[in-house]
Amino acid sequence: MEKITTHTGTALPMRRSNVDTDQIIPAVYLKRVTKTGFEDALFAEWRDDPKFVLNQDDFRQATVLIAGTEFGTGSSREHAVWALKDYGFKAVIAPRYGDIFRGNSLKNGLLTVELPTEAVEWLWGAVEADPTLEITVDLVEREVRAQGRTWEFEFDDFARWRLMEGLDDVSLTLRDEDRIAAFESDRDAWRPRTLPV
Amino acid sequence: MSRTPQTAEGTRPRTLAEKVWDDHVVRTGGDQPDLLYIDLHLLHEVTSPQAFDGLRQAGRKVRRTDLTIATEDHNTPTDNLFTIADPTSRKQIETLRANCEEFGVRIHSLGDAEQGVVHVVGPQLGLTQPGMTVVCGDSHTSTHGAFGSIAFGIGTSEVEHVLATQTLPQAKPKTMAVTVNGSLPEGVSAKDLILKIISITGTGGGKGHIVEYRGQAIEELSMEGRMTVCNMSIEWGAKAGMIAPDEKTFAYVQGRPHAPQGEDWDAAVEYWKGLGTDAGAEFDREIVIDAAELSPFVTWGTNPGQGVELSGAVPDPVSLDDPAERSAAENALKYMGLEAGTPMRQVDVDVVFLGSCTNGRIEDLRTAAEVIKGRKVADGVDMMVVPGSARVREQAIQEGLDQVFIEAGADWRFAGCSMCLGMNPDQLTPGQRAASTSNRNFEGRQGKGGRTHLVSPAVAAATAVAGHLAGPADL
Ligand code: SF4
Repeated sequence: MEKITTHTGTALPMRRSNVDTDQIIPAVYLKRVTKTGFEDALFAEWRDDPKFVLNQDDFRQATVLIAGTEFGTGSSREHAVWALKDYGFKAVIAPRYGDIFRGNSLKNGLLTVELPTEAVEWLWGAVEADPTLEITVDLVEREVRAQGRTWEFEFDDFARWRLMEGLDDVSLTLRDEDRIAAFESDRDAWRPRTLPV
Repeated sequence: MSRTPQTAEGTRPRTLAEKVWDDHVVRTGGDQPDLLYIDLHLLHEVTSPQAFDGLRQAGRKVRRTDLTIATEDHNTPTDNLFTIADPTSRKQIETLRANCEEFGVRIHSLGDAEQGVVHVVGPQLGLTQPGMTVVCGDSHTSTHGAFGSIAFGIGTSEVEHVLATQTLPQAKPKTMAVTVNGSLPEGVSAKDLILKIISITGTGGGKGHIVEYRGQAIEELSMEGRMTVCNMSIEWGAKAGMIAPDEKTFAYVQGRPHAPQGEDWDAAVEYWKGLGTDAGAEFDREIVIDAAELSPFVTWGTNPGQGVELSGAVPDPVSLDDPAERSAAENALKYMGLEAGTPMRQVDVDVVFLGSCTNGRIEDLRTAAEVIKGRKVADGVDMMVVPGSARVREQAIQEGLDQVFIEAGADWRFAGCSMCLGMNPDQLTPGQRAASTSNRNFEGRQGKGGRTHLVSPAVAAATAVAGHLAGPADL
């Protein structure tokens, strides 16, 4: 996986809370069996509205999405993360996320960071006033910087290390294969198996 | 080292969740999250193709095909058994079949008695048992927590990880108790209870926690009811929902195809009996609810936390203090085409959907059939009944429930996810309003522009007859 350290880019203000995964990518777009090519599906239903922020010329180049709280609640569809990445987003800033979405984002190198509501509101205002404003999301220093201001964010140490090193989970886990095998040899015999009965 | 759920004397009392967790830890400590062993991995066509691709690219196998099982549900047709008209839907199902064949995974395809919504199939086969870890690339995996297992939804990268290693690295969540004291009043169901809980906590209230539902009202629920409650844990953001296994749980599991037998059964039950939360164990948080105060509950908005009593009215956003909630409510009312102050019972519907992994089990069909028996679906209302699995459908037919629905004028369908998410042709058209026994009322969830009110099976049936949101007592 590509190593993630810091990203700087312009931002798109999405003044909404509870942007669920069905909005990020509606179910009809989940039928594809590939991992890429979802850019047209991102916010597909809202994009019919010409006033929707994604349709505004000012924000077409944005690579940082700034959203309200509970971003990405709902389903486990990793397609939501793939769609955001395919469209060109590298980072998301929101007060809080749906758990599964957050986990998925970090597995795909989409940097999702949490800032308090006040910071998000300040950033919305600043970006709307000046869409060319550049925002830096710095995983190394664990801070967001814009217009001379700095906000720190918390980030799980292990997830951060994995992202910065570009490590993939399966290889990491397989380093402990002997322990997995030991655990397996010790499982109770009555545990169910899916083999046909 | 033999595992036991009994907490050693002199050590800290533990919760149900901690016991199940502790017994599945492959590796702990250091700066990495715990590595958990996974007892059961459920697959369906939507979230698995890219995971199998990943395995192929890395030249890996499925580590434990004997702990893995697949079914077809999200894209399946419900108006006929075999013909998937949409080529992309068909391709996805065919891809799952090919992957299962290539990697040696058991699959239940269309036409098979065990085909159906993945969370209905696991319990009906007896594969879901107490004290397990269960995962699936689907957020409603929390359903299986009703048996006293840790069960949660995962993304496609994690699906690949479990296929390759049968484990998952997981940070240990906090624990929370939702204690429901007293008995549910007559006519109040598990669905009403969970909708009420979500309206109290909001969509993010359970974040980072494994929730244990407990108390008299929970103990009194059937296994189906417990599954309904645990199913919607994700709708208030919880990592998982669980209920301590008891005699009801054991009776439900016993005799199913994959239940332990003979001596194995005795060993399993002994283990299961030790799983309950120890006296004196502490939860990180607790919510207490008085069951006696509950009544049928429905949603008015576009997230499952936006709910109100059926006897209530559409709330006025102005009455909400929190600015984010207020603007969410304003958006929701606009999308839903509702005026503040309208009594919920005056909300007319076009469609009634009975089904899904929340309320598509046999008991749900029985409850709805009882309400609708001898009555007619109102003019201008389409009622669609979609059993959770082919086996549920069979059983319903044996009990004559299909005839009850058909005589009432409802549409009796084949099993699948159907209108719960509208990946197949079962979708609302723009502006159509549905009363739905599913779990999500998100914008467009059941079809572009469609408007969803989440309800219990009894309210769904009564609504179909009345033509507006209603309970059985209103008929
Ligand atoms: S019935 Fe609905 S919620 Fe359940 S698995 Fe299918 S789509 Fe998901």
